[in-house]
Amino acid sequence: MAEASSLLKPSRRSRLRVMFSGFMGIVAAAAAIIACGALLAVLVYLAINGLSALNLSIFTEGPVPQGQPGGGLRNGIIGTLILMSVASVIGLPIGILGGVYQLETNTRFSRMLRFLTDVMNSIPSVVMGIFAYLIVVLPVAAMSPGHAFSAFAGGVALGFLMIPTVMRTTEEILKLVPVALRDASLALGAPQWRTTWSVILPAARGGIITGILLALARISGETAPLLFTAFGNLDFNVRLDRPIDALPLNIFNYATSPYDNLHHLALAGAIILLAIILVLSIAARYALKGQNVE
Amino acid sequence: MNSQSIAIDSPIVERARSWTRGKHAGDRIYRAVLTLAAVSILLIIIGLIYELTAGSSASISAFGIRFFTDSEWNPSANHFGALPFILGTLYSSLWALVLALPISIFTAIFLSEMAPRWLERPMSFMIELLAAIPSVVYGLWGLFILQPWLVKNVETPISKSPLASLPIFGDLANGYDMLAASMILAIMILPYITAVSRDILHAIPKSVREASYALGATKWETIKGVVLPYARAGIIGGVMLGFGRALGETMAVTMMIGNAPIFKLDLFKSGYTLASVIANELAEASGLYRSALIEIGLCLFIITLIVNAGAKLLIYYTAKDINATT
Amino acid sequence: MTQLRKHVFAAFIIMFAVSAFITPRTFAQDMNGAGSTFIAPIMSKWVYDYKQKTGTSINYQGVGSGAGINNLIDGTIDFAGSDAPMNADQKSRAKGPVIHLPAVIGPVAVSYNIEGIGSGLGFSGPILADIFLGKIKYWDDPQIVARNPGKKLPHEQIFVVHRSDGSGTTAIFTDYLSKVSPEWNSKVGHGTTVPWPEGLGGKGSAGVAAILKEHANSIGYVEFAYANENKLPYAAMDNGKGKYVYPSAETAMEAAQSSTIPEDLCTMITNAPKGYPISGMSWIIVYQKSAKSPELKKFLKYVLTTGQKDTKDLWYASIPKNIVSREMKLIDEIE
Repeated sequence: MAEASSLLKPSRRSRLRVMFSGFMGIVAAAAAIIACGALLAVLVYLAINGLSALNLSIFTEGPVPQGQPGGGLRNGIIGTLILMSVASVIGLPIGILGGVYQLETNTRFSRMLRFLTDVMNSIPSVVMGIFAYLIVVLPVAAMSPGHAFSAFAGGVALGFLMIPTVMRTTEEILKLVPVALRDASLALGAPQWRTTWSVILPAARGGIITGILLALARISGETAPLLFTAFGNLDFNVRLDRPIDALPLNIFNYATSPYDNLHHLALAGAIILLAIILVLSIAARYALKGQNVE
Repeated sequence: MNSQSIAIDSPIVERARSWTRGKHAGDRIYRAVLTLAAVSILLIIIGLIYELTAGSSASISAFGIRFFTDSEWNPSANHFGALPFILGTLYSSLWALVLALPISIFTAIFLSEMAPRWLERPMSFMIELLAAIPSVVYGLWGLFILQPWLVKNVETPISKSPLASLPIFGDLANGYDMLAASMILAIMILPYITAVSRDILHAIPKSVREASYALGATKWETIKGVVLPYARAGIIGGVMLGFGRALGETMAVTMMIGNAPIFKLDLFKSGYTLASVIANELAEASGLYRSALIEIGLCLFIITLIVNAGAKLLIYYTAKDINATT
Repeated sequence: MTQLRKHVFAAFIIMFAVSAFITPRTFAQDMNGAGSTFIAPIMSKWVYDYKQKTGTSINYQGVGSGAGINNLIDGTIDFAGSDAPMNADQKSRAKGPVIHLPAVIGPVAVSYNIEGIGSGLGFSGPILADIFLGKIKYWDDPQIVARNPGKKLPHEQIFVVHRSDGSGTTAIFTDYLSKVSPEWNSKVGHGTTVPWPEGLGGKGSAGVAAILKEHANSIGYVEFAYANENKLPYAAMDNGKGKYVYPSAETAMEAAQSSTIPEDLCTMITNAPKGYPISGMSWIIVYQKSAKSPELKKFLKYVLTTGQKDTKDLWYASIPKNIVSREMKLIDEIE
């Protein structure tokens, strides 16, 4: 380290050292600019080209025969909303109740469970898709010929993907609820379930909603697990036992197709998807702020 | 998460105490429901491992260990070897790491050590946004923008220069190749590595830095000599986390890599990854073919599991060390 | 903030309610099909028109012939579209006897993207095989130049583009290469998916066409409709007798007519004595016993009658009348 004298009188060496420090500062700033630049490059491109590709018919029309002009993303947008709903029905109860379980217990099992949700969070989504394919698509195919791929299978894959996020945020937020609140409720003679339901969960509501919204934002753009579960559908479908279209599948198929009108649809789809994610993320932040006010 | 305004009171620390105490009938149901949720998470994980293993048993018994060393993937002849996919996955992810690492570490240093607060917040927010963009949207951008740019400004000049004789470059600019896949992966894992590194750096107590300044060290000397060594294990953890992400990324890679089941060191050659081959072929497979693809899924699962577990441990112990010294 | 959270809650409840409400509503009995992308352009037209006409909705996904056949074997779809007949192994794994119904005939175009060169580059089968084997590496290879005097072929490396998914188009193409090149036959063989020695893979014909369109100095194979719709130049193939034949509805029809069609209507018509040598039939494959037989029969009959009128617009050839009548009999036997 530096000698005392160099602190009093800047020598040539120490000036160099300061210059070098400044230089590395510039390097670091440049790296940060590159990182943000990459994001801007993606967003600006999508904003300019995606927004100009947007029009009303994209929301009202379904796909047209290949190679013909026009067409819209209605089926994909509605399909994605349905898939997200099914995923919520499957993933939210398990995730939220799992989080409450973690709050209530501190056993070896619950510690293992915490580790397992970490494991689950790191499973590539395509592998979760295989799981849904194995437990839903194949058995359905074996039982009823003519059916296999379904909106339900896609929802299962996405629902499982939601669990870790929802569970961990729920647990974290519940931990922050003051213990006095809970003790007060129990002291008044309320049973535990009542305490959780009427005192702890309401106090943590904002945080739990944040977790849900973040999990939804994460799954809304998932594509890989849908390829062999929800599968895609050229027809308009809202039935859960039928293959269903999804916005990310549309983006994938249209972006890799040779047709210009489909490229425009892919760009419009990307903008719509990003808008959904942005709204969910911003809503998640507001939900958390609401939490703080209470 | 901003916790100061919530936890005025002491948070629930000792939680186990009342779990079994409630005698109310409703409480029994309550406990049963919670346990059911907890057990179902366990069942999902066990089920996943069981199904993947059972699904790949036909392939495992047909090819055994050869599955991982054989480089021929021939569904028509029912002959399956996963080597090109394994190598392709590791190779593209490694290059992604090489490309993303310097930028993300320096960005993290900039955000935590140098940037003024008014700049740090929006920049952090932007980098977090990078993580929220879906893979398929990156793929679309990669196809329409990054790939033509790479071909024109990187691959063509290199392929016409003496550099082309290096084993990692070729004399043919392609675009649907390892380089394109690694680049898009690098952009995708950048926010993860940056966020983890920044959080670790933030966690290092101010006093450590002040001690270094007091000894006359410059800002950079403090970062390099004191802060980074402190954070090293945690940053390595973050890097591994990013690596784990890259290994499992599917859509963007599938759209960029060229989907050719041949592994070459040449970055301008098309390749294939474990995740991509599943995405491209599972919906259409049956019999032994399907089993082989599921074994590829199992393989991907195990690799990401090991990498992520390692990362989590490193981050956990670093955080613990830092807490212990403060 | 409380307001906002109420809205979020309300939004959720509405989402659930809507999906719960619309889910159980019954729709017209619909059918699922999947497979060949070769047939996908015309299939999407048939499906579209059929829905307008009858209200019956049919979902057809162009996922590749290999996928279609496998889905049919697994019982996940009601009919498969395939450019290659099912082989013995596939038939044995199926849940019952199947019938193959030729739906269209069409050429597989060899398309390329070389600056300044339009359609009509001449190839022979063996040259094509050598390109896809990676043995001919440059566009100005003497063998190619010798067949194309006067064309300015650049000294650029050839990019080979093939399908990454199981595909009947691949089956037709590799069946042809196996017939004309012994080396191809022994090294690579034929089928819906083969171990490509060279090149990169695109998903579906659309994926291959997209790569060809954008990638200079590339070569690949796509069904003719994709080459036309995307204005990709395509090659004229030496039919083995020194005569160059362009892909077209007529030349594909000629290839079909000069081949002998067996009783079960399963045969490859590549390297036929006359016509365009890389032509194929595309079949709709169904189980002889189908859970949805009445609707399925109606649709199949539509395809073979009214539907055949659409072939011309989409660059396919229609099925010759004598074959259609044989198919009608088979359709009547579906239970």
